[in-house]
Amino acid sequence: MSDLTQLGVAAIRDGVASGAFKATAVAEAFNANVAAASLLNAFIVTTPDNALEAAAKADADRAAGKSLGKLAGVPLGIKDLFATRGVQTTAASHILEGFVPQYESSVSQKLWDAGAGMLGKLNMDQFAMGSSNETSYFGNVISPWKRNDGGNAALAPGGSSGGSAAAVAARLCPGATGTDTGGSIRQPAAFTGITGIKPTYGRCSRWGIVAFASSLDQAGPMARDVRDCAIMLEAMAGFDAKDATSLDVAVPAWEAGLNPDMKGKRVGIPREYRMDGMDADVAKSWEDGIAWLRDAGAEIVEISLPHTKYALPAYYIIAPAEASSNLARYDGVRYGLRDLPDGAGLQDMYAATRAAGFGPEVKRRILIGTYVLSAGFYDAYYTQAQKVRALIARDFEAAWAHCDIILAPTAPSAAFALGDKSADPLAMYLNDVFAVPASLAGLPAMSVPAGLNREGLPLGLQLVGKAFDEQGVLNAGLAIEARAGFSAKPERWW
Amino acid sequence: MSVDTATVARIATLARIRMSEAEIAALVPELNNILGWVEQLGEVDVSGVEPMTAVIPNTLRLRDDKVTDGKIRDKVLANAPAAEHGFFGVPKVIE
Repeated sequence: MSDLTQLGVAAIRDGVASGAFKATAVAEAFNANVAAASLLNAFIVTTPDNALEAAAKADADRAAGKSLGKLAGVPLGIKDLFATRGVQTTAASHILEGFVPQYESSVSQKLWDAGAGMLGKLNMDQFAMGSSNETSYFGNVISPWKRNDGGNAALAPGGSSGGSAAAVAARLCPGATGTDTGGSIRQPAAFTGITGIKPTYGRCSRWGIVAFASSLDQAGPMARDVRDCAIMLEAMAGFDAKDATSLDVAVPAWEAGLNPDMKGKRVGIPREYRMDGMDADVAKSWEDGIAWLRDAGAEIVEISLPHTKYALPAYYIIAPAEASSNLARYDGVRYGLRDLPDGAGLQDMYAATRAAGFGPEVKRRILIGTYVLSAGFYDAYYTQAQKVRALIARDFEAAWAHCDIILAPTAPSAAFALGDKSADPLAMYLNDVFAVPASLAGLPAMSVPAGLNREGLPLGLQLVGKAFDEQGVLNAGLAIEARAGFSAKPERWW
Repeated sequence: MSVDTATVARIATLARIRMSEAEIAALVPELNNILGWVEQLGEVDVSGVEPMTAVIPNTLRLRDDKVTDGKIRDKVLANAPAAEHGFFGVPKVIE
């Protein structure tokens, strides 16, 4: 039999449904790849029995002539930010080590309801704070990609959904869940040559997802191509009464609506994203993307998003502020770690628990958030940032008068080496410069592979759409995918 | 605006994170670097702009005014580091 782990979500779903192969064979093949890839450190926990059980049910349902779910027989990886009933969920932190949820996140439940199985919980940046997967308590995720210089530098898979990205790129799973607060789906997708989409804020329920910055957090799929993302997103999205910010709107049939014809569509190229000293290969891939969309029938227009340079500083006030509030719940009382020094009182226990349980980047962000929200500074920092955020959203609103979709690079560079930026928090933050504006405006945005740079590493192109227009984003992504012909994959060394 | 060791120590106390003097000293330049960088937001003209409160227009839903404690006490306590007699256990707080 051919190698089933080379198949994506659509091919597995169709093959299981037609009887070309058994779902259990698919689950076994991926379980074997997961077990053989411990060097990548992409998983914190593996759940091979869970994958096999869901697959056996899909096979039995088919044999019994029952109708199959949209993801029947598809094994998936789940970012460790999603609470999974009976399976440890840590957000890659020490403070939640050993936490076994008694409930299932709404998004993962929807995937299981559609017939998918779980291969395991994917490593990530601790509490989703990071762009390189170097802040996990459980060690760095190593990208499966290597530079073509003959060197052996370990590269960052991006972050925070770095385990998801590495696992999909290395064929450890056909698709995975990610979450995106300021680029955490798109940047790792770009770094590893895969596809990932963050939907409109509110499309996917946040219930049961460990909270980082609640006004920004959105779940989304990461997979090998646009169609696979459309299939997964259809299963993940939908109204949930348990999330106060969930959108009560119908989930469109995104897969059925896929259409790479861009005739009559206007693609905006934001001039503020053309920064001085832009990486030549990134600039070239952007030009390629423009040519591909023009070839697909689109009209290319230059647009202006004047407040772009303020997006990142606004984000680094708003996200830490929300994080400092959200992470106040880790107190050593209700769940997770407790550090109770001899003779300590309640306040000492809180402080000792949080000192022992949070990593340096998490502490840094909690302190920044605490500072900008503290008496006397709230207006100067937080209120000002929320006003700038309104202006950034307004920039996009104004741009939609001239275009239907925006094309830009996903990240300013290809993957960097582990350790390259970890000593300088600011340099790390700047990696999300192109991803953050769409997050602040709550807009759907996707990264698709565009090609390889001179070092043989993947580059991604980003498409940003109007609120609720995931279809437009997916379709433009499909037009690029069809022309980029990206087929490179990492050579197996692990 | 910039922070000094006393300010960082005060923020750490507010955030309930125990920190050594060495940790605080290391954080002072890091936080100042970040705060100096976000300071550029001050140059944006925001007159007449309301701070954003919701990225996507949405309405707040109301639920029925009913007690819904879920009757799942054991599940709520299942991950508590020191559950006792059906409650969360904490160190003594009343002398």
